[in-house]
Amino acid sequence: MANDRPKLAVWKFASCDGCQLSLLDCEDELLAVSQAVHIANFPEASREVVPGPYEISLVEGSVTTPHDAERIKEIREISDLVITIGACATSGGIQALRNFSDVKEFTNIVYANPQFIDTLDQSHPISDYINVDFELRGCPIDKYQLLEVVISLLSGKRPNIPTHSVCMDCKLKLNTCVLVAGNEPCLGPVTQAGCGAICPSFNRGCYGCFGPQDSANTDSMTEIWQNLGVENETILQAFRGFNGFLEPFKSAGERLE
Amino acid sequence: MSNTKTIKVDYLARVEGEGALFIKIKDNKLEECQLKIFEPPRFFEAFLRGRQFTEAPDIAARICGICPIAYIMSSIHAMEQILGIEVGGQLRELRRLIYCGEWIESHVLHVFMLHAPDFLGYQDAIQLAGDKPELVKMALRLKKAGNEIVRLLGGREIHPINNKVGGFYKVPDKKDFSNLLEELKWARDASIEAVKVANSLPCPDFDQDYEFVSLHHPDEYPFNEGRIISNRGLDIDIKDYENHFEEIHVAHSNALQSVHKNHGNYLVGPLARYNLNYNQLSDLTKQVAVDNGYDRQVINPFQSIVVRSLETVYAFDEAIRIIENYEKPAKASVEYEIQAGVGYGCTEAPRGSLYHRYEIDEQGIIKTAKIVPPTAQNQSRIEEDLSNFIPKFIHLDDDDLTWKCEQAVRNYDPCISCATHFLKLDIQRN
Repeated sequence: MANDRPKLAVWKFASCDGCQLSLLDCEDELLAVSQAVHIANFPEASREVVPGPYEISLVEGSVTTPHDAERIKEIREISDLVITIGACATSGGIQALRNFSDVKEFTNIVYANPQFIDTLDQSHPISDYINVDFELRGCPIDKYQLLEVVISLLSGKRPNIPTHSVCMDCKLKLNTCVLVAGNEPCLGPVTQAGCGAICPSFNRGCYGCFGPQDSANTDSMTEIWQNLGVENETILQAFRGFNGFLEPFKSAGERLE
Repeated sequence: MSNTKTIKVDYLARVEGEGALFIKIKDNKLEECQLKIFEPPRFFEAFLRGRQFTEAPDIAARICGICPIAYIMSSIHAMEQILGIEVGGQLRELRRLIYCGEWIESHVLHVFMLHAPDFLGYQDAIQLAGDKPELVKMALRLKKAGNEIVRLLGGREIHPINNKVGGFYKVPDKKDFSNLLEELKWARDASIEAVKVANSLPCPDFDQDYEFVSLHHPDEYPFNEGRIISNRGLDIDIKDYENHFEEIHVAHSNALQSVHKNHGNYLVGPLARYNLNYNQLSDLTKQVAVDNGYDRQVINPFQSIVVRSLETVYAFDEAIRIIENYEKPAKASVEYEIQAGVGYGCTEAPRGSLYHRYEIDEQGIIKTAKIVPPTAQNQSRIEEDLSNFIPKFIHLDDDDLTWKCEQAVRNYDPCISCATHFLKLDIQRN
């Protein structure tokens, strides 16, 4: 059995480790998953590295160094399927805030000896460097969506990952609308579902951690926030959160500059 | 004739983040030993500038997916100090409760999934599960119980969304805890068994002379509040942290290394907390400690696996105490007026003290931010452990020595993702 299981690898780029931790957070499913796929290269969990090629590579994090820009190409070459997991890998992540600033200034703020630091000017999603077979959203991802994607792709079917907005999930949960009823600025109308509409369920506005929904009308969103009395600078920062470098959030922010 | 060899671990496994080891041995003597951190820098302190103070908890959480509560809480306490508000009563208790959840999920992950395989000679917990399925299943269930606390109070396990400056967005009803409480009672009993398992693991003799640094609170085992103390006489308010500790930027690391000024390196984390706060543990935890021969100072870093297990018992015991005494507060948060100022937060992440400082203006915009994670503080001490450890085991073949060194690094449960980003340094050092 050991040899005919598909091999899975987990790769890390610039990130917080939270998305790959989601795999270890599958407490009820982890041992079953490890029977179904051979977890062949997952340094956060194992010393053992079984060489590639791999049927599935899960990629966490964004590309931020010259070395990583090369490494991701090598990973593509030894992987049948590349799935990016989380906001960093699919949008550049929170560290893509540097893309709107001068990275040299950032390095000087943080490090005493900037000459030791080797970094690219920008943080980019994996798909800017290689073809990606599936991009899983979220900061962090939802672990059940992760299982759905891995299982579906291995069995040759399209993963059932909804692309509707957080609003729809709020309706399904019978949440009172925090935006309409509570006058709370909320990005739910323009944000892709997947989290389970957690923030509105806890009486707070969505802050967009699953990134923009397909048909997001960001101009209308901006207008609604303006009508609530929110300043343009604050709206700009709301779009420039954990997925600020992903369209249409990127352009929505730029129009507010 | 000189005989030089180098041992390199290019990618340290079973730690959070990207690190490497470089060890140079000449004529059977250790010449050089470096813990290299090559995790790419992410510049959090830089892009926190210009953001609203209310955003700090959610942004800082993204430094670490393993211990987001620590980042959330250190930033919140710093902001609340600026605003001059105190969050007490049941809201304070709920903050301790969610911290219990984070310690449990992080400690159990480390003890059984990341560290125990070293002691038993397995590559990972999945291989361990092949021989000891019941042990790994128990560990997963314990970990899940910790995650359930975070999910119930915080909305999700990783980057929870419910904590905010002033308290919470929403507080639970008492009845929301009923299912969880039953599971926690099972888990508390199981965690006592887990201590025995950890204590039965073969452990090298390796007592060290440490300066332990931790928060200390007279009435409780430290999570959110206290003074910073050490076993060598340090006893300071958290706002004086930067007068006593400094960070040095070395070439081989994208993380800054902290030192106690005029004292050298030091250790934060479970061993430090335990040795400095034993009296504040619950009666049950102390009894388990006595039963396992741990009612003493613990100065062997390999025994941190037992101390983490004891802290897990404490966290379950404390969580049960809080839930049993819980009464839903009338308000989920405390009101405040924005005002300019500088504030400090220090809380005990699973891996040790996590220090934050923020300066905000009268509009609540962050002007400067400084964050010192536990792994940055431990980095220099980890290298010294290795320097002391390698000569004792230099006779081992390269593979065994490498594995032993990895195990010694994992004593610290290093979180390398946390350790790379860093702080404003005004002084150029040589």
